[in-house]
Amino acid sequence: MKMPLSALIGIVATSAFVLAAIFAQWIAPYPIDAAAGKVWEAPSEQFWLGTDTIGRDILSRLIYGGQITIFVALASSLLSFSLGAFFGFMAAVRGGWVDLFLSRLVDLMMAVPALIVALVVLSVLPLNLLVLILLMGILDSTRVFRLSRAVATDITVMDYVEAARLRGERQGWIIFREILPNALSPLVAEFGLRFIFAVLFISTLSFLGLGIQPPLSDWGGMVRENKDGLVYGKAAAMMPAAAIAVLAISVNLVADWVLSRTASLKGGRGG
Amino acid sequence: MADLLEIRNLRIEATSYPPGEKPRHVVLVDDVSVSLAKGRVLGLIGESGAGKSTIGLSAMAYGRGGVRLTGGQVLLNGRDLLKACPAGLRSLRGHQVTYVAQSAAAAFNPAWRLMDQVIEASLQHRLMSRKAAEARAVDLFRRLGLPDPTTFGRRYPHQVSGGQLQRAMTAMALCPRPDLVIFDEPTTALDVTTQIEVLAAIKEAIRDTGVAALYISHDLAVVAQVADDILVLRGGRQVEYGTAGQIINAPQEAYTKALVSVRSIHHVEKALSDAVLRVEGVTARYRGTNLDVLKGVTIEVAAGQTLAVVGESGSGKSTLARVITGLLPATAGRILFAGRVLPAELAARSKDDLRELQMIYQMADTAMNPRQTVATIIGRPLEFYFGLKGEARRKRVQELLDQIEMGSGYIDRYPAELSGGQKQRVCIARALAAKPKLIICDEVTSALDPLVADGILKLLLDLQAREGVAYLFITHDLATVKAIADKIAVLYRGEVVRYGAKTDVLTPPFDDYTELLLSSVPEMELGWLEGVLANRRMESAGN
Repeated sequence: MKMPLSALIGIVATSAFVLAAIFAQWIAPYPIDAAAGKVWEAPSEQFWLGTDTIGRDILSRLIYGGQITIFVALASSLLSFSLGAFFGFMAAVRGGWVDLFLSRLVDLMMAVPALIVALVVLSVLPLNLLVLILLMGILDSTRVFRLSRAVATDITVMDYVEAARLRGERQGWIIFREILPNALSPLVAEFGLRFIFAVLFISTLSFLGLGIQPPLSDWGGMVRENKDGLVYGKAAAMMPAAAIAVLAISVNLVADWVLSRTASLKGGRGG
Repeated sequence: MADLLEIRNLRIEATSYPPGEKPRHVVLVDDVSVSLAKGRVLGLIGESGAGKSTIGLSAMAYGRGGVRLTGGQVLLNGRDLLKACPAGLRSLRGHQVTYVAQSAAAAFNPAWRLMDQVIEASLQHRLMSRKAAEARAVDLFRRLGLPDPTTFGRRYPHQVSGGQLQRAMTAMALCPRPDLVIFDEPTTALDVTTQIEVLAAIKEAIRDTGVAALYISHDLAVVAQVADDILVLRGGRQVEYGTAGQIINAPQEAYTKALVSVRSIHHVEKALSDAVLRVEGVTARYRGTNLDVLKGVTIEVAAGQTLAVVGESGSGKSTLARVITGLLPATAGRILFAGRVLPAELAARSKDDLRELQMIYQMADTAMNPRQTVATIIGRPLEFYFGLKGEARRKRVQELLDQIEMGSGYIDRYPAELSGGQKQRVCIARALAAKPKLIICDEVTSALDPLVADGILKLLLDLQAREGVAYLFITHDLATVKAIADKIAVLYRGEVVRYGAKTDVLTPPFDDYTELLLSSVPEMELGWLEGVLANRRMESAGN
């Protein structure tokens, strides 16, 4: 099957971001916290994207910031998928009160806006990467739980799952060998979307000052640092904002393509 | 008189998109020619993929998604439909040519009353006033033997039974006074006892209204009851074309002969032996309901023999399978298996209990994980029950494949790469892999074409002779029962109404229900339908 142009663009852009993040130490022209130029310089040959509020190179900070943004978003998405998919499948397989308890618990968590929960929790707990990842992962796992439960409910009524039960298979086999392979394609597509939401979420938190703490900096934090420049017509705050937008769009293009390939939520083979 | 419908050298093509391969160009129908005069019925018969529905739909110049009518002519009243403009076709469909689909339940809009749907086409084509159309619909309801014809149309689709819905669809097709009606497997989804009523109603309606009809079915015995002429199709090509009498009584081609003699497996019942499974006074209901789906069922399956459980849909036969396997614990009674009492709950059963009691499903498609290869599907029970691994496991899988006559070349395939019959064979191999004492077969041949189903039944009998495995064979199809059963239990509304050795059960005197069930199975002979109906009328007059 031929890959559509949009998906190709998405893959190229996404891998560029990921590679830049991985090799930040070698790519970035300046160290992350060195004041290399004057305050709010315009883009030039020396500073491709200009300098920020205290004269640091924006391109270098973008590359280092991408490292943190992508790492936190990826780690929290992985956590939310492991948690959400496992409990979602378990709710579908076990049914009865297990399903009832888990589903109502998730409803309860979803009833409170995620941002408010995050703000409250972060104002109490110490601000470090681990807490951030755990918090975002757990909050997001409720959405993944809903999706995996819905997909798995369709699969658990299939005769092959009944056959496995009659054979006497343990729950682990049923979840990981019978259900997971058949639920994988919608979950992979959803992973892309969840990853973007995680990027947006961590950026929001950092912008509000509750995310990544200085001297480390992510894109949301960079927007916060440079937002005052907008008043004087300085574009420094636009650079990290644009980076967030481009990453979100390119991952979305890939996720769309994966989703259209699988066509149905049940995820047929091939196609 | 010129023929109403004439199809000349019809050729139909389509492009298929097999997963992971380049799009392929396929010829669905090639060089088919038939003619149909007014008031006659032409039967189209063949297995799935024979192109019978495609040809039927071509009579209204319609091709399902991506199907193109590329050659030949379809003449209706002398007019070539393949050259007609879209507006011309629109005025033709639902007026001159109408269509009766297989699944009435899916063909009706559940949000509309039946009457509005039955007269919709007549109103849309401005053929008659609403009042006249409703009067005609009521008249058709009466002729089709529907209850309360005057008020029947006020009901919604979910308020009537499947057989009644199928008759309502026939009324819908006949309402605009068409020249030609296409019946696409109209009775396939119905129980035998319902099928015979619908069949009789359709036949009478065709005769009364003088309409011509194309009758599409995979069941030759059914077609023989309604058709004047029969066209036998295979792989999109004409195999044999003749009058119904000639096809049934003097078939020329080998394929037609095979179709006529299908289900002629001769199986002599075995002498009684010890019971491997004994179900004692089992009563069961689904959670949250207060209706007993099974009421005091007592049956026995002898070791190495076959007990057929027969009944129509809703009789509780599949529930019986769920109770025996432990998926639905019985509320009363007990189950003895190989001399020991089986715990009612699945979770309480030992690994040996599970191993010795295997199950084969109706839909082989959904019974196999589409993401596992044949090697995993058959190999998993070997690993799970016997701890076979690696090369030893693979060798045993290949042995099992040889046993089900599939040989090499299939072991690494996915289910999607197998045909319907092969899928069912793999399911049989999976059950055999556990070395069971008893296999529950739940309608295992109902979803298959007759010749393929015959192959599966022969295989099951072979395996029984070799391995000494017992079958509990659940089916609604009495022809299958005759072919393989040693004992029969007739289930009706959750109760065993007749139970015993095959010859005893099938020998008169019968109870009322068994009589009805047995006389409803279509026989491969002309005039069978009339004979049965005349018999029934005589009996009811006598009472």
